[in-house]
Amino acid sequence: MPSMSLFLSQLFNGLATGLLLALISTGLTIIYGTLGVVNFAHGALFVVGAYAGYTAYSLTDSFMLAIAAGALTSLVVGLIIERGLMRMYYGRPPEDQILVTFGIGIILVEIVRSIYGGVSLSVSTPEWGQGIAHIGSLIYPLYRLQALGFAAATLLILYYLLYRTSLGLIVRAGIEDSQMVNVLGINVKRTFLLVFGIGAMAAGYAGVIDSPIVTLAPDMGNRILVDSFVVVVIGGVGSFPGAIIGGIIAGEILSLTSMFNPAYSDVMLFIVMALVLIFRPQGLMGQEGRE
Amino acid sequence: MEDSKAGSRQQGGVDRRSVLKLGIAGAAGGMMAAGVPGMAHAADDKKPVGNYPAGVSGDSVFVGLPLDLTGPYSAEGADERKGYELAIEQINSGAEEIKKISPLTKKGVLGKTVKFGVADAETKPNTAVQAASRFIHDNKAMMISGSVSSAVAIALQKVCDREKTIYLAAISGSNETTGTDCQRYGFRLCHFAYSASKAIAPVLAKSLGKDRKAVYLVPDYTYGHTTYDSMVEFTEKQGWKTVGEQVHPLGAKDYSSYLINIANSGADTLVVVAYGADAANSIKQAKQFGILDKMSLVVPYMAPFLGEEVGPEIMQGVYGATGFWWTLQDKYPIAKDFVTAFEKKYGGKPHDSAYIAYLQTALWADACERAGTFYPPDVIKAYEKGEKRQGPVGEVYFRAEDHQGIINFPIVRGKKPADMKSKEDLFDIVEVVNGADVVPELGVLGCKLGSYV
Repeated sequence: MPSMSLFLSQLFNGLATGLLLALISTGLTIIYGTLGVVNFAHGALFVVGAYAGYTAYSLTDSFMLAIAAGALTSLVVGLIIERGLMRMYYGRPPEDQILVTFGIGIILVEIVRSIYGGVSLSVSTPEWGQGIAHIGSLIYPLYRLQALGFAAATLLILYYLLYRTSLGLIVRAGIEDSQMVNVLGINVKRTFLLVFGIGAMAAGYAGVIDSPIVTLAPDMGNRILVDSFVVVVIGGVGSFPGAIIGGIIAGEILSLTSMFNPAYSDVMLFIVMALVLIFRPQGLMGQEGRE
Repeated sequence: MEDSKAGSRQQGGVDRRSVLKLGIAGAAGGMMAAGVPGMAHAADDKKPVGNYPAGVSGDSVFVGLPLDLTGPYSAEGADERKGYELAIEQINSGAEEIKKISPLTKKGVLGKTVKFGVADAETKPNTAVQAASRFIHDNKAMMISGSVSSAVAIALQKVCDREKTIYLAAISGSNETTGTDCQRYGFRLCHFAYSASKAIAPVLAKSLGKDRKAVYLVPDYTYGHTTYDSMVEFTEKQGWKTVGEQVHPLGAKDYSSYLINIANSGADTLVVVAYGADAANSIKQAKQFGILDKMSLVVPYMAPFLGEEVGPEIMQGVYGATGFWWTLQDKYPIAKDFVTAFEKKYGGKPHDSAYIAYLQTALWADACERAGTFYPPDVIKAYEKGEKRQGPVGEVYFRAEDHQGIINFPIVRGKKPADMKSKEDLFDIVEVVNGADVVPELGVLGCKLGSYV
C-alpha cells in the first residue's frame, strides 16, 4: 500500500493538474457551450498560442508579453477561421463542423511545424516562477502552483464575461433563435465572431501558461484535445463549473491511479468518462436537452 | 526535387485519409493486401515474387518511405527523411562516398534510377501499414523503409513479409523486431534494447557505482517494455537494484503523477526509457520536481535530439547509448564523408536518425548489387551472406539467422556547458561499442524466420 504522505502528495497533485486541465479545456467549453460547435482545432489553437508565446518570450524575455502574444495570435487566428470558414458551418450538421475544424487543426499544426520544425522546444520558467515549493513532505514546482492561480483567475473572468454580461445573454439567445435576435436589432454574426475569437484566445492563452511546464512539440495538441474532451464530457458540456469539476476529477483519477499502477491511469480516466456517458450523458453539471 | 514533391503530395493524402479511416485501417490493409494484381511475365526463369519483376521492368526502381513525420517521434522521422534523400541522391549519381560502403555501385542500383515516395506514418502502425500497402500496390515499390516507433516497424515488417517486399527498419529499439516478431523480409540495422543495455550497464557501473537503486520511466509499448527488461537484466548483473517502473502512454504530456511516485521510490538513479518528444518532456519536468538534483539520470536508448531539446545544463554528465554522434568523424573517415555531405546539403549536423536511414539505404544498394538482381529471395540471400562492409562507424553486416545488423555504436556522455566548443558539441564519446560483442546469442530472443517465397 502507498504511504499516507504519497497519497496526500498525489491527492494534491490531482487537484493541481485538474485545475490546469480545466484551464486547458476552457476554449473548447466556450465554443461548444455557446456556439454549439465541437471545435476539433482546439488542440491546434493551443499549439499556436504556445509557439507564439515561445517566440515572444525569446525575443523580449518577458513572460507577460509572451502571454499577450500567445493569446493575441490565437485570437487573430480564431477570428480569421470564423470569418473565413466557420460562419458557413453553424447551420450544418455536427459532423461537418467536426470535419472542418479537424482539417483546420491539421493545417495549423503543419504551419507551426514548417516554421519551427519538429524538434521539441523548451520555454524556461519565468524568473518569478523558478524554484521548488515544500508543502509538508511534498516537493512541488513553484510555477505549477502559480499556474493554478492563473487558471482560477482566468476561469472566473471568462465565466463572468459569458454568463453574467449581456454579451453572454445575446450569444445564448442567438443560438436558440438567431433570426429573432437579429430582428431585435442585434448583430448576431458579430457576436458569434467575438465568441469564437474568445474561445480560440483561451486555448492559446492556456498554451502559453502551460509552456514552462512541458516541452513544445507541434503534435502536443493531440493530447490536449483528448484531455479537454474528457474534462468537458465528465463535467458537462458547456458548463463552466462543470469544466472545473471535470478537470479536478480527471486530475485525481490520473494521480491516484498512478500510485497503484500508472499503466492504468489513462484506462481509468476513460472508464469514468464512459460511465458518465452511460449514466449521465449530459455530464455531471450539464443541462439535459442542450444541443 | 521532383521526387520529394511527389512525396509531399502523397504525404498529405495519407494524412487526411488516415484520419478518417483510422478505425478500419486494419481491415482496409487486409483487403488491399488480398488484391495483389496479376504479375507481368517474368523476365527470366524466376517466378514473380512481390513486385518482381513488374516493379523493375522500367529504368527505375521505386522505394516507399512511410516515416513518422507527425506524432511524438516526428523530429526523428523528419531527420530520417534527410538521410534517405542523401543516400538516394548519392546512389543515383554514383558518388564516391556511397561506393566506399557499397563498392559495386556505379550509378543507381543495378543501373536503375532509384525513385522514392514519402508518406506520413504518424507514429501509428495502422497508418504506416496503409501507406506501405499503397506504395507496394500503386507504386510497385521494391523496398519499404522507415520507422522510429518499434510498433510501426513491427507492423510494417509483417505487412511487407506478407507482400514479399523487402522492409528495412530505420530506428527500432524493441527486442521483438528481430526477436519474436522477426520476418524473412525484414532487416534491422540499428542497436536496440538488448545491445544498448548490455553495452551501457558496465559503463554505468563503472561511473556511477555498483550499489545503485534504479527507477524507470517506461513508454507503454514493445520498445519500452523490452528496454526495461534488458536494462533490469544487465544492470542487476552489475549489482544494481530495481525499485520500480512508471509506465506512461506514448505521447503523454504531464508526467507529474509519475514523477511524484519516482520521488517517493527511494531510488537514487532515474532511467528514462521514454523516447523522442516524450523523453524531452519528462526530463524537463523531472528537473522541475527537483528529482534530478537528487538522482542521477540515465538514458539508455537516447533519442537523437535529446541534447538539443533539454539543453546541456541538464544533460551534462548523463550517459546514453545512441547510434551515431557527429564527432565520430574525427575517428572514422566514412563518418566524415557522411557528416560533410549532410552538412553541405542540409546545413546542420546529422543525427542518429538520418545516419541509420542513410546507411540502411546504402547497404540495400550493396545487397542488390551483390545479388545481381532485384529478385527478392536473392537479395535476401545476399544480405544473409553476412558480407562485411565499412560504414560510418566501422564494420557492418547482417546476421543470417535473425536479420539483425551487427553495427558499432557509441556510448556518449553529456558535456559540461563550459567544455562545449559549439552549440552542437553536446556529447563526449565515452567508447565505441563493438556491435558483435553486445548482440544476443542466437535464439535468445525467439526469432523464427519464414519462407523466401
